[in-house]
Amino acid sequence: MSSPTIASVSVDELRDIAKRVRAHIVRMVAAAQSGHPGGSLSAVELGVSLFWNHLRCDPSRPDWPDRDRFLLSKGHATPFYYSLLAERGYFSTDLLSGFRTLGSPLQGHASMNAAPGIEMSGGSLGQGLSFAIGQAKAARMDGRDSRCWVLLGDGELNEGQVWEAAMAVPHFGLGDRIIAMVDRNGIQNDGFADTIMRTHPADMFRGFGWQVIECDGHDMAAVDQALSEAERPHEKPRCVVAYTIKGRGVSYMENNPSFHGKAPNADQLATAIAEIELGLK
Amino acid sequence: MSAPTPTSAATREAYPFGLLDLVEAGVDVVAIDADLSVSTMGYQFGEKHPDRWMTVGVAEANMVGIAAGLAAAGKTAFIASFAAFLPGRCFDQLRTSVAQPKGGLNVKCVGSHGGITVGEDGMSAQAVEDLSLMTSLIPFDVIVPADFEEARQAIVAVGKTTRPAYVRTGRPKVPAIYGRDYRFEIGRSNKLREGSDVTLIACGILVEAAVKAADFLANEGISARVVNMATIKPIDREAVIAAARETGAIVTAEEHQTTGGLGSAVARVLAETIPAPMSFVGVDRYGTSGKWDELLGYFELTPARVAQAARDAIARKR
Repeated sequence: MSSPTIASVSVDELRDIAKRVRAHIVRMVAAAQSGHPGGSLSAVELGVSLFWNHLRCDPSRPDWPDRDRFLLSKGHATPFYYSLLAERGYFSTDLLSGFRTLGSPLQGHASMNAAPGIEMSGGSLGQGLSFAIGQAKAARMDGRDSRCWVLLGDGELNEGQVWEAAMAVPHFGLGDRIIAMVDRNGIQNDGFADTIMRTHPADMFRGFGWQVIECDGHDMAAVDQALSEAERPHEKPRCVVAYTIKGRGVSYMENNPSFHGKAPNADQLATAIAEIELGLK
Repeated sequence: MSAPTPTSAATREAYPFGLLDLVEAGVDVVAIDADLSVSTMGYQFGEKHPDRWMTVGVAEANMVGIAAGLAAAGKTAFIASFAAFLPGRCFDQLRTSVAQPKGGLNVKCVGSHGGITVGEDGMSAQAVEDLSLMTSLIPFDVIVPADFEEARQAIVAVGKTTRPAYVRTGRPKVPAIYGRDYRFEIGRSNKLREGSDVTLIACGILVEAAVKAADFLANEGISARVVNMATIKPIDREAVIAAARETGAIVTAEEHQTTGGLGSAVARVLAETIPAPMSFVGVDRYGTSGKWDELLGYFELTPARVAQAARDAIARKR
């Protein structure tokens, strides 16, 4: 389905954009010497496919009332988020170098309205799906057909509020307006998710009355297909569980819990950029 | 359904009437409850406007997030629960999702059953922290109405701003202080008695106790001013400064702990302007079960205690 507000680009083009987004992510975190590269890199394919081929948006009109909302519930993945917004044209890529510095709109965790395209404040986990319910309820009241796409982390699924909201979405019949996406990278702040708090994202969402669509979160064609499937009308709300690798695209960050919230040094940055140029293998 | 002017009604009973007034005035209200709507009285609004009301089950955090989303989409969102749970159960959501977006989102919180007069349910249901928590959220207005009419007007007043706000309502029926001719304004206190020796500044259910305390003191030849300080934040600085300048001693009385509520707000104004001897009446311990009027006695939220606090403050005048 295409519309003037969807870029509709090929999978090859999406892969090129993903390379640029990954390079922004590592450069931003390296420049700030702080931030969250691991969970940014794991979500790149989801974000790129969404922002170019599925999210109804107009970067020149960020306040367009009928736009789809992208809600970053895993609010620490700001290098990912800001890179997407800049590449999509919400603001200049020049802004990215100011990430996390005094006076920059690009705050460490997403701050609503600080820069164009930032739809909610994040940083305290578990709040995006609830926010989406309010947005979706308002859209239904006002006869607007905008939808909410909510990106959650798998560590974030530990938060009880996620499940308060997960039970409410089908209860209120908002499945045609809210699509959840889980970046299932298997690592949270303190280590591997299975050792910190084991979750079963697909089974848990199914148990709460959702239809779950699973995909390889780094196979761009598969991700793009999964998001298309999620958009199709269905009686249940849909949750895309994307199986991903934390730090994907940079060998020393991949599946490495220490790069959840750590910056690369200068040598590591050079390695990262070289690897990202080669693309995902 | 137009609002009555009852001689005795609970402030929580005014909540649905305030909402109806707002809808009538063209405000795009959506109200949410969390399985306590028969207590907050939100259900009465839901019966009139089912399209503008929802209940989310026992899930206060989700309720706050939904309200934030509604507000971000242009609605005036009201949420209600016991003051023990809103803000007690969802402070982080209020902070991150509502207070921190630039200027704060247009979400109004109504904490019913505030203070210890919820009664028999005991300490877990008795909020003595809600004003401390809500005054700490930077963009929020914080209001504690004293009777039905003031509560109805407070709901209307916060609904007509775009700022986030907290309004505390109470469970027991209290005597009417005001009629329909009263005009409540956010940040404006109301002087109920003139006086020159001491000023009794109260909010909520303690306003009535302060008036009675002024009667006691009058019998002793002490002239006590009584101020209903319904808005805790922003506090009516001019009224506090005038009280200090003209009466020289201050008592605050609130159904809340004395840290972070009315007393703290008044003390700050005095410290910054005209320091004056001051006494605090409040509840600085957790509650217990009992009938609400018994508890007022048990916790000494009484005219006698307010009068004694006034004598203590006057004795410290220099």
